[in-house]
Amino acid sequence: MGYSATLRGQTFTFADLRELFARANEEKSGDQLAGIAARSESERVAAKWALSDVSLGEILAHPILDPDHDDVSRLILATYDAAVFGEIRSWSVGELRERLLDHRSTEADLVRWGAALTPEMAAAAAKLMSNKDLIIAANRFRRVTRCRNTLGEEGVLAIRIQPNHPSDDLMGILFATLDGLCYGCGDAVIGVNPAGDSPGTVAGILRVLDRLISRYRIPTQACVLAHITTQLAALDAGAPVDLLFQSIAGTQAANASFGITLDLLREGRQRVLDQHQSRNDVAWVGSDVMYFETGQGSALSAEAHHGIDQLTLEARAYGIARTLNPFLVNSVVGFIGPEYLFDERQIIRAGLEDHFMGKLLGLPMGVDVCYTNHAAADQNSADNLLVLLASAGCNYFMGVPCSDDVMLNYQSTSYHDALGIRQLLKRRPAPEFAGWLEGQGIFQKGALSDNSGPSDLWISDLPRLLA
Amino acid sequence: MDHSTRIRATTLALARAATPARVLMGRAGPSYRTQTQLELRRDHAAAQDAVLREFNLDHDFTPDFITKFGLFQIQTLARSKSEYLLRPDRGRRLSIAVESELEHQCPRRAELQVVIGDGLSAEAVRQQVPLLLPILLQQAADQGWRLGHPFGVRYCRVGVINEIGRVLEPDVVVLLIGERPGLATAESLSAYFAWQPRPGHTDAHRNLISNIHSRGVDVADAAKRILAMAAQIRRYRSSGAMIKES
Repeated sequence: MGYSATLRGQTFTFADLRELFARANEEKSGDQLAGIAARSESERVAAKWALSDVSLGEILAHPILDPDHDDVSRLILATYDAAVFGEIRSWSVGELRERLLDHRSTEADLVRWGAALTPEMAAAAAKLMSNKDLIIAANRFRRVTRCRNTLGEEGVLAIRIQPNHPSDDLMGILFATLDGLCYGCGDAVIGVNPAGDSPGTVAGILRVLDRLISRYRIPTQACVLAHITTQLAALDAGAPVDLLFQSIAGTQAANASFGITLDLLREGRQRVLDQHQSRNDVAWVGSDVMYFETGQGSALSAEAHHGIDQLTLEARAYGIARTLNPFLVNSVVGFIGPEYLFDERQIIRAGLEDHFMGKLLGLPMGVDVCYTNHAAADQNSADNLLVLLASAGCNYFMGVPCSDDVMLNYQSTSYHDALGIRQLLKRRPAPEFAGWLEGQGIFQKGALSDNSGPSDLWISDLPRLLA
Repeated sequence: MDHSTRIRATTLALARAATPARVLMGRAGPSYRTQTQLELRRDHAAAQDAVLREFNLDHDFTPDFITKFGLFQIQTLARSKSEYLLRPDRGRRLSIAVESELEHQCPRRAELQVVIGDGLSAEAVRQQVPLLLPILLQQAADQGWRLGHPFGVRYCRVGVINEIGRVLEPDVVVLLIGERPGLATAESLSAYFAWQPRPGHTDAHRNLISNIHSRGVDVADAAKRILAMAAQIRRYRSSGAMIKES
């Protein structure tokens, strides 16, 4: 079935929904690399125009990727709220956009609709929205999750401590972690990307973080972001796994390139839940145990994109995530490089799109606001996106010492950034964690105390944590 | 120096020894100290320059080193650095002329084929390969591996492994490739592994040892780990997520 729109007397035609979706995107180097981007600005706008008239029912009836050949498509079609969808199936994409922005729509409406939408519909709405639309709509509702603390409530902005080390040196990881705690960071997770992917390395890091968390009774969770099979091997060896991490993407073939299947994700989640049951010494406040990372361009990078645009594929990754009750989900928006997001303009746009779509689809979205040294971006553009996303109600950001990740070799956001953005927009840490910060004297009356820094006691304690 | 100043100095020294991360840097309100801010700008500038540096075997290695290992250099379909950055597909493919050059220069069906690629840091290759390659090849020979002929690839993406696998049909390919430069170092090298790579294979078929540099995995340790990984891959006749370093 074809689509068309006529702009100023010129008619543009689009062969099918896949082509229409791709042409309607804001400019992205990845869509250009895939050869599916709009070939002129007028064609781009014509596609948006035609897309605005397509009904949600029609999008549902024409899967962008054949469910017979892709398990992500099958999952999507089996897991949206069909009852609620019956109420909104006649809406056009243009109407959906307006409903999401309309002051008469309540928070409860937005949450109900979000569960009824498929990822493709969330992506379609994003294609029609301005940057400010994406911010305003996303800020209208909350996504609260619970594991060892509670994230996502109104006014809360959490931070992951990301204390990576190029050779997984435990003392180095601990120093970077203590530094972050003294800036009030670490409520989202203390999450290490390991340089090595062996079960022994992963178990070693998990054990030392667990000792730190128990010894100081820190209301937070630890995670080592190795491949899921490595984390499960560490779990089998008795290592404590608070959160199970995995990178995911929007097609079966892209996930296969990551070495994962949907069944593996489900099985892993169940095994972590079982382990939590057996850890009676931990005061769990909830059973959200998964941590997912995503990013536009990952399917194309694996040559597994099937001619579908990177924005839509990103939304489909969220379609997987929402079936597994994650505690954390974040797009790593600037990590992939300039061949997919060329410069700061494209990175900022993608960050706002990802956050909006994920949150709408039900996810506790954070964003790794970041860039690599081969992209046309810098710390100024990261500052910009940080402020925009915090205004949009983003659940969490990364905290990397002075933004410089010495293992992954890219720049993210820092402990200082966390302090600045919480001060600027009057955000506070997760409630359990905020109480702990006051108890430790790191915060006084909600603000960082003047003499915060690793105490002599903590430093002298480090060797014991390693023992 | 009073007691607390002395403790702070000791803490700082411990932290600097433990990690290259920029910890305990102090603050100006919720921002960086001016010194920190300028250091970050300085190091970002250096990293950006490192990305743009071209890989050239004759300039990056000494004549003795090149002669000893009979190194030569090929180029992928990417025609320039800027095309390389925007067209990963071209950085994964070889021209027919280059394929015949490989067939001409290299023995087929080696047990272990080592390849050197610039990736995103020619500097990493320049710094690490002259130290790593002699140890690696010597130990591999000692362990009885039948070695392919090593060569360099300019404008190299990891996926070029598949083409090399198709043309030369080695058992295990190890690609030593420059990682994206970070602020702390532009000298970090990765080793990617694949068992009998062929077109269509993805990262799921590959293994990785990363962060090979003086403050990460040193070259002696890297050589040992690379050969242990290669041996595991040969034992299982397979590479990818199911193979873990022990």
